[in-house]
Amino acid sequence: MFKPLEPPKNKDPLHRTRQLVLPPRARSRQAHLFTQAAAEGRFALPRCKTCGQFSVPARDCCPNCLGGEYELADTAPSGTVLSVTEADIPFLNYFRERAPWRVVLVRLDCGPTVLAHGHYDCAIDGRATMSLKLDKAGQAVFYAAPAETGGDPLSDPQWREMTADPRHRRILITDGRNPVTPALVRDLLQAGARKIFVGLPDLWKPLAWENELRQHAAVQVVPLDVRSERSVYELVRAYGAKIEILINTADHIRPGGYLAPGQLCHAADALDMLAMGLMRLAASFGPVMAGRGADGEAGAVAWVNLFSAYAQTPSAALAGYAMAHAAALNFSLSLRAELAGGGIRVMNVFSGASDSDWFQTMPQPRVTARVLSRSILDGLRGGLEDVHVGAVAEDIKERLRANPKAAEREISSTRFGG
Amino acid sequence: MTTSIQDILAEALTQGTLRIVDLTHTLSPDFPTLVLPPEFAQATPVKIEQLSRYDAAGPAWYWNKLTFSEHTGTHFDAPAHWVTGRDLPLNTVDTMPLENMIRPACVIDCSSACAADADYLLTVDVLKEWEDRHGKIPAGWWVLMRTDWYKKSSVDYANLKADGAHTPGPTQEAIQWLIEERDIIGFGTETIGTDAGQAGNFALPFPAHSLLHGAGKYGLQCLTNLDKLPARGAIIVSAPLKVLDGSGSPLRVLALADTE
Repeated sequence: MFKPLEPPKNKDPLHRTRQLVLPPRARSRQAHLFTQAAAEGRFALPRCKTCGQFSVPARDCCPNCLGGEYELADTAPSGTVLSVTEADIPFLNYFRERAPWRVVLVRLDCGPTVLAHGHYDCAIDGRATMSLKLDKAGQAVFYAAPAETGGDPLSDPQWREMTADPRHRRILITDGRNPVTPALVRDLLQAGARKIFVGLPDLWKPLAWENELRQHAAVQVVPLDVRSERSVYELVRAYGAKIEILINTADHIRPGGYLAPGQLCHAADALDMLAMGLMRLAASFGPVMAGRGADGEAGAVAWVNLFSAYAQTPSAALAGYAMAHAAALNFSLSLRAELAGGGIRVMNVFSGASDSDWFQTMPQPRVTARVLSRSILDGLRGGLEDVHVGAVAEDIKERLRANPKAAEREISSTRFGG
Repeated sequence: MTTSIQDILAEALTQGTLRIVDLTHTLSPDFPTLVLPPEFAQATPVKIEQLSRYDAAGPAWYWNKLTFSEHTGTHFDAPAHWVTGRDLPLNTVDTMPLENMIRPACVIDCSSACAADADYLLTVDVLKEWEDRHGKIPAGWWVLMRTDWYKKSSVDYANLKADGAHTPGPTQEAIQWLIEERDIIGFGTETIGTDAGQAGNFALPFPAHSLLHGAGKYGLQCLTNLDKLPARGAIIVSAPLKVLDGSGSPLRVLALADTE
């Protein structure tokens, strides 16, 4: 049994910060089918296209019918625990440092028997609720929780290793002018965040919810303009080593096709804010956070980027804006690769039009700040990499997967009425 | 031996009998800029990006890349800035006559009134009262409106409310009078524009921009230290960058004045 997680103590300056060693990273190409599912928080397994049998591990041909093609198929996340093993002295450094480590063997209801990281309440013959998680190395692994009690996964250190729970962590929201900020701050505080830094560009401009932000004792408004290298540098110099979760909310919405008045300026501003801004943040905060991936039980853990769903598809009606988001999205994937070595999860959150004034003419459904904030929180707690919020983002994702060329043709030419 | 003007100037400068007053804000990314409705292109703040600083990108040298709007920080407005001045000759910063870059100035002290009223407007009567005390405003001189606005914090400096900026400026009549009756070279302020913050709502919107530039006159904005200048006679050195077809530019504005 584990005690609830205590708030971290201030660091002992005489001790070296624990460096991160990672669990095994090598995976076959087929095994990345699991990665895709885990990144989105789905419980989906490779299934033979010929005979329909699930297969774990992912194989190059089906052991049942010798068919060679697999698809990723969602299935019931349930099974029965066959064995529980607690390793007190594991061989690999990652597990040795976190021993004892529990692994369980679970026979899934859909057929295969899998090795999973196990919640401390898992018992032999007990029913297990399964999930696919990304471990500290960013690779998909199974996790089993007791189905009867549900357990409290957030209190399980093994679960925490694979997720980014805000509890006891210090968080930077990079642009407090994003309308999601008040809801996000409230949700993060409720989730037990220890401190929230809210970056604010153009301090001389009024902000409707500034007083509300300043009312929270755990919230500190700090000057930050991701368009300024100096501003980012000055913030990281002061607080870089005190941030465990970074949520980049900087945005620059200017709808319009590329022939709309002033679009070159708007698109350049959007690129500067979104793509270059993300790069400036990454250059300053990335190395510091990657160096603190194992700094205690609440070490640096996640980097969140908010993207338009149109980052993934062309949109003539949002040409410059979509371009800037696409550029930032591409960079975020490079950032993910860089930060993986430090155990930092890069989570990309995609949403359609928000309730911002800028999307006034966009058709419903739109994504409210409340829904977006909850999705960010759920994504962090679930350790996700890709989160699609709302019907528009989900729809774009599905259409791109089903028929990319059709999606390009249909979505790129969609006009949003005024 | 006769003493030339340049000798007198050299003597005054080297002996310190001529004060040099800096009328310029530091060009900095966090300095407020003019805010237009956001669907319009904006006067972005200066961006300072480091090229190298004695590091791998340039081991022995330090330099930055600057990006700014022509109307960022302490800046100069040429006639081409406004639609009313678009067809005038020599209306851009690269073509403007050199002699217009160094001119004397009258400084109208409105600081007390502006402290009481952020929307204070400079009127013809106030200008005439000033003339009663200091003499007629000569043709070809700058008229600078002292408000002590430069002393404010950035929030109070921009003073943005739900209905726009609230900062002082001239009335339409005052600008008309300065152009038609006094033939000034230009009008300068310590606020973000030569116009008042609410001037977009005037009968003639933005009268200072519209009338000054339509008459081939200049504007200077975001000035500092006007309280350190005499009421009349300080020499204003305001040479904008020689930007191709430029509508204005940030610049270092200096004033030369007698020691007090």
